[in-house]
Amino acid sequence: MASETRDAVPGHFARAQDALSRFWDSDVMHSFKRSPIVIIAFVVTMIFFIAAFFASFIAPHNTFDVATLDLSNASLPPAWSEGGSRNFVFGTDDQGRDVLSSIMFGMRVSLTVGFASVAFAVTVGVMLGLVAGYVGGAVDSIIMRVADVQLSFPPILIALLIDGLTRSLLPRGVHDELALVVLVIAIGLANWVQFARTVRGQVMVEKNKEYVQAARVIGLPAPLIAIRHVLPNVLGPVLVIATINLALAIITEATLSFLGVGLPPTEPSLGTLIRIGNNFLFSGEWWMTIFPGVALVLLVLSVNLLGDWLRDALNPKLR
Amino acid sequence: MIAYVLRRLIQSMLVMLTVAFVAFSLFSFVGDPVANMAGEDASQRDRDQLRRDLGLADPFPLRFVRFVGGVLQGEFGFSYRNLQPVARLIVDRLPATVELAVSATALALLVGVPMGVYCGLNRSSALAQAIQAVSLVGISLPTFVTGILLILTFSVGLGWLPPFGRGDTVRIGWWQTGLLSVSGIKSLLLPSVTLAMFQMALVMRLVRSEMMEVLRKDFIKFARARGLTSRAVNFGHALRNTLVPVITITGLQFGSAVAFAIVTETVFQWPGLGLLFVQAVAYVDIPVMATYLVLISFFFVVINLVVDLLYYAIDPRLRDGGPGGTGKGR
Repeated sequence: MASETRDAVPGHFARAQDALSRFWDSDVMHSFKRSPIVIIAFVVTMIFFIAAFFASFIAPHNTFDVATLDLSNASLPPAWSEGGSRNFVFGTDDQGRDVLSSIMFGMRVSLTVGFASVAFAVTVGVMLGLVAGYVGGAVDSIIMRVADVQLSFPPILIALLIDGLTRSLLPRGVHDELALVVLVIAIGLANWVQFARTVRGQVMVEKNKEYVQAARVIGLPAPLIAIRHVLPNVLGPVLVIATINLALAIITEATLSFLGVGLPPTEPSLGTLIRIGNNFLFSGEWWMTIFPGVALVLLVLSVNLLGDWLRDALNPKLR
Repeated sequence: MIAYVLRRLIQSMLVMLTVAFVAFSLFSFVGDPVANMAGEDASQRDRDQLRRDLGLADPFPLRFVRFVGGVLQGEFGFSYRNLQPVARLIVDRLPATVELAVSATALALLVGVPMGVYCGLNRSSALAQAIQAVSLVGISLPTFVTGILLILTFSVGLGWLPPFGRGDTVRIGWWQTGLLSVSGIKSLLLPSVTLAMFQMALVMRLVRSEMMEVLRKDFIKFARARGLTSRAVNFGHALRNTLVPVITITGLQFGSAVAFAIVTETVFQWPGLGLLFVQAVAYVDIPVMATYLVLISFFFVVINLVVDLLYYAIDPRLRDGGPGGTGKGR
C-alpha cells in the first residue's frame, strides 16, 4: 500500500509531506494529542535536550572558564532570596560558579552518557538476541544462561563492579580521562539483557513466518536474512524498552557519580553536582544540591512518562 | 521434586564457582597489593618478603584453590586500606545492612501491596489515579535524591531525626543491633524510608497491573456468577493468583534493596556493607571488593533458589509438566 501512494504522488517533497500527514493522523499521534500530561512531558524533555545540547551557546556563564570565576560571588543564594544576585538565578557554588549553567553543562554530560549507554546496550542486546533467536540450539542456551544469571543481579551493582574493575586496571589519571567511556560501557553492559530477551522472543516468532522461508528458499545466506529481513520486524518493542532504559541509564549514571565512582569533578554530570553540593547541605546552602536534583528528577520523570505512553500507544492489546 | 532441587543446587554452585573464579582472577591480575601496602620507600627486598608472606609468589591455580578454601572457612584475606581481616570488617558491618534492608523491604510490602490491591480494584477512582501518579514520581526519584530531600526536611529543616549514623547500638552476641535503643530507631527511620521508596512504587505498580490482569480472567467471572461475595472473589481468588509474580519481585527486591543500600548508606553514612564497598571501589581495595562480590552473589543465588522453590510450592501447574518444564520456560 505504501508503494501505491508513492506512485500517486511523485516528488520527494510531496512524498515527505504525505508521510508526515499520515504520521500526524496515526493512532500513536492520536493518543499523543489526547493526553495533556504526555504533551507536557514531551515539552519538558525537549527543553532539557535543547538546554543541554546548546549549553555552550545559551548558558549564562561558562563554568569551565576559570578566568570568569570570582570568589566574591561564591555561595550566593538563588536570585529571589535575600542576598541573591540577578546574575545568578539559581545561586552559585562555593567557587562562584553559576548553578544554572552548571546544571545545563551537567545535563549535557548526563544525557550523553544516557544516550550512549543505551545505544551500546541496544547494539549488544539486539545482536545477541538476534543470534540466539535465529541460530537457536547451544548458542541460544549459552547466551540466555548468561542473561539469566546477569538478570538476577541489579544493574547498578554490575555497573559498579565494572567501574571498580576498570578503576583497578587503569592508572588513576587515565581512568579520569576515560571515565565517560568506562561509564557508558559499564551501564550499557549492565542493561543489555532486556533487549536480548525481547529480541530473541520476537525473532523466534518471526523466523517461522513465510517471508523468512521465502528468503531461505531463494538461497539468501542466514546472516543476510537475519539482518535485512528479520531485524526490521523486531525493532518495535526495542524502541519502547530503549526509552524506559534511557531513564534508567540516566539514574544509574547519576547514582554512580553521586557515589564518587562515576565522572570526576572536572567533567561534572548532574550526579557529580549533587554529590559536591551535598557537602554544603548542612551549612544551609541547599541550592547547590537541590536544583541539580530537581532537574534530574524532572528529566527522568518526563522520559519515564514518555516511555510509559509509548508502551501503551504501541500495544494494541491495551487500546 | 528432589531431582529438581538437586539440579537447581548444582546449578547454583556452578554459578558461585564461576563468580568466585571471575572475582579472583580479575582481582589477582589487576593492581599490586604489595605496592599499596609497602609504601613509597620500602626496599625491593622488603617488597619481595611481603609478596612471599602474602602468598602472592605462588602459581595461579594454587592461589585460586587457597582462595576458595579460605572463602569456605570464612577467610577473605586482609583489607589493603584498613589492614584488618576482611571477615572482621564484614561481620562488623553486616548487621547494619541487614537491619536496613529488612526494614525497608517490610515497609515496601506493607504499604505497596495494599495500595496496589486498592488501585487494581478501583482503578478509575481519583485516589487510585493519584497513587498511580505518585508512584511514577517514586520510580523516577533516584534513591540519593530522596535521601537528600528527607535529610533537608527532617534533619536540617525540622531537626527531628538524625541525618547520619546508626545511633546507639546494643551488642547481642556478635550482632550489633540498633533496634533496641530510641536513637537507633530514630536513625533507622530516614534511611529505611529512602530505601523503601523505590520498591514501594514498584511493588504497588506490579500488584495493580497483576490484579487488573487477573480480574479479567474467566474464573473470576465464574466465581462472581456463583454468587460469591466480592471480598471472597477479590482476596480469595484474585489476590492469591497475583502472588507468584509478587513473590518473585519481593525476592529480587530484597536483593536490590541490599544493592541500593550502597547508595542509601552513602547518603546517610550508615556503617554497613554498602559503604564499605563504595569506599573499597574508590580506594581499589581489592580483597574487600572480591569478598563483597562473592558474598553478594552468594546472597543472590540463595534468593533465586528460594524464589524458584517457592514457585514450585505455590504453582501446581509447574509440577504437572515435570521438573524438566521449569528450568527454561520462564
